[in-house]
Amino acid sequence: MRPLRALGLAGLCLPACALAAPVIVAEKQPLNLHAIGMFFVFVLGTLAITWWAARQTRSTADFYTAGGGISGFQNGLAIAGDYMSAATLLGLSSLVFAKGYDGFIYTVAFFVGWPLITFLMAERLRNLGRFTFADIVSYRLDQSRIRTFAAFGSLTVVCCYLVVQMVGAGQLIKLLFGLDYPVAVVVVGVLMLVYVIFGGMIATTWVQIIKAVLLLAGGTALALMAMSRFGFSYETLAAHAIDSHAIGKAIMGPGSMLADPLNAASMSLGLAFGIAGLPHILMRFFTVPNAKEARKSVFYATGFIGFFFLVVVTLGYSAIVIVGTDPQYFVGGDLKGALIGGGNMVAMHLAKAVGGNLFLGFLSATAFATILAVVAGLALAGASAISHDLYATVLKKGRVSEREEMRVTRIATIGLGLVAIGLGILFEKQNVAFLVGLTFGVAASTNFPVLIMAMYWRDLTTRGALWGGCAGLVSALLLVILSPAVWVTVLGNAKAIFPYDHPALFSMPLAFLVIVVVSKLDRSARAERERAAFDDQFVRAQTGLGAAAASAH
Amino acid sequence: MDRPVSHAQSYDQIRNNPKFRQLVQSRSRLAWTLSALVFGVYSLFMLIVAFAPQWLHRPFGEASLLTTGIPVGAALIVFSWLLTGWYVRSANTRFDSLSAQIIEESQP
Repeated sequence: MRPLRALGLAGLCLPACALAAPVIVAEKQPLNLHAIGMFFVFVLGTLAITWWAARQTRSTADFYTAGGGISGFQNGLAIAGDYMSAATLLGLSSLVFAKGYDGFIYTVAFFVGWPLITFLMAERLRNLGRFTFADIVSYRLDQSRIRTFAAFGSLTVVCCYLVVQMVGAGQLIKLLFGLDYPVAVVVVGVLMLVYVIFGGMIATTWVQIIKAVLLLAGGTALALMAMSRFGFSYETLAAHAIDSHAIGKAIMGPGSMLADPLNAASMSLGLAFGIAGLPHILMRFFTVPNAKEARKSVFYATGFIGFFFLVVVTLGYSAIVIVGTDPQYFVGGDLKGALIGGGNMVAMHLAKAVGGNLFLGFLSATAFATILAVVAGLALAGASAISHDLYATVLKKGRVSEREEMRVTRIATIGLGLVAIGLGILFEKQNVAFLVGLTFGVAASTNFPVLIMAMYWRDLTTRGALWGGCAGLVSALLLVILSPAVWVTVLGNAKAIFPYDHPALFSMPLAFLVIVVVSKLDRSARAERERAAFDDQFVRAQTGLGAAAASAH
Repeated sequence: MDRPVSHAQSYDQIRNNPKFRQLVQSRSRLAWTLSALVFGVYSLFMLIVAFAPQWLHRPFGEASLLTTGIPVGAALIVFSWLLTGWYVRSANTRFDSLSAQIIEESQP
């Protein structure tokens, strides 16, 4: 019979582990030489790419967006890589392992935002933007104020998410590689700095592509090995899983986890629309030559992500049988007790069970590479907000040489790297689940509403965007502080004032409401000009005429 | 910086081109229909999960241990991906060639 205590663990940290790194205070494990060796090979390979990329990076356009020279297919892999974090593999498979079909429902929720981005955002992002999403928002609005605001929104999201990834990386690496936590954090931070500072977007994209291929290949190989135990029949797998799981037949349909539909709704809303407000994902749309490739890249990305998610669900169900009935993966060999290494290690145990230590090493190295690739993208997004938006456009009003802007970008990257390492070490013992709620809350209620309204709504004005964005930011922040993750877990109060983990269901509509009301009430002459400028923006958004072109390499 | 003055005249011409209106209409019709379809099917799925979960517990086929819920979940992912493909195909062929024509006609 299956352990129920481990289920609690996986369920508890779900909002965190599902998309970001798992929040677990892991015990240090013995040194894993296979994993370290394979990770070493990955690092060598990516450093070679960084060296090559550094020679290609001559202009700011090369640095921020790889000169727009990434193809749709490559960019599709990179976007998928950004979205398939280590914890998608670990968190979602653990969730299916623990809860069965409920984990599947969450998987679907994480997926459904992608088609919407394809239909409504991809081509407009490419046609209107150049380096950062602030380019689009400030296209016809007040350059200084809107850019400052958008950069601030980007940096909030980037910093919160960086800390989450760093803490997750430290814990995961301690567990998988047997390295000390601070060592792990510093290794991740330093490698990230090297990729971004020297290789810019070209290196960051290729690191992400390689990692996406490794993750897809590793996940698929694991699923095939696991399914071979069941004669590649889902029917057989289902029969064995039902026999092995404590809740039996209930794992094959919706269960208890969605007992609170409002919590689930707020979470899926935050996740689905949060993606469309994450600066490091939005940035990817500027790396392709034109809108046609931008569309193709989301099509490929959506396909890879969908495929990977179905693989992960298969892994979860297979693990119910293969890991769930094997005492060697449980603390003290007690099948009713906790899993060794915590509730998020299901996919890793499965890798060991069906592929041996060598395959476990491969999957561990891939998980490390995954975190590295994601933090590099985040650092680049943050650095471009500082140098392109704040320094070059707001402070210097565009009167700055490319050389100077690149210098500031590199300084900003070092700054962000140090902040990430520092906070990563500082937060070692903290439960950072609230930062995930905050990241996606701010992305969905600040960046996303302002961005989508700037693209679609003629009547948007600077005042409306600022007020609405601030309303979203403040309400998301406030609701996260009042949520169980901060109010109870961090501040130690008995009962949360706001009962849900994700604020989006409330803060996102509020942001839209304030944007609409304030814009409508704005009767200033500036507002009139901004509305009138929508016509030109609309033509460019539709036809791509005047859009930033790819630089020749 | 991003306001291309040189394109201002072309923009005016394009706006007055009936083909532009046709492009905008057919593209937004497709984009919003597909969005509504994906969002609608997803909402329906979540409503079933919340209010009629037993429907997803029903066996999938005679004497099968697989429930209806498993293929339904998988189909949801595959279906919305296929719609993505449909949109990208239409946009990259039909809309892009219309758009190229419009730009061509706007150049002096």
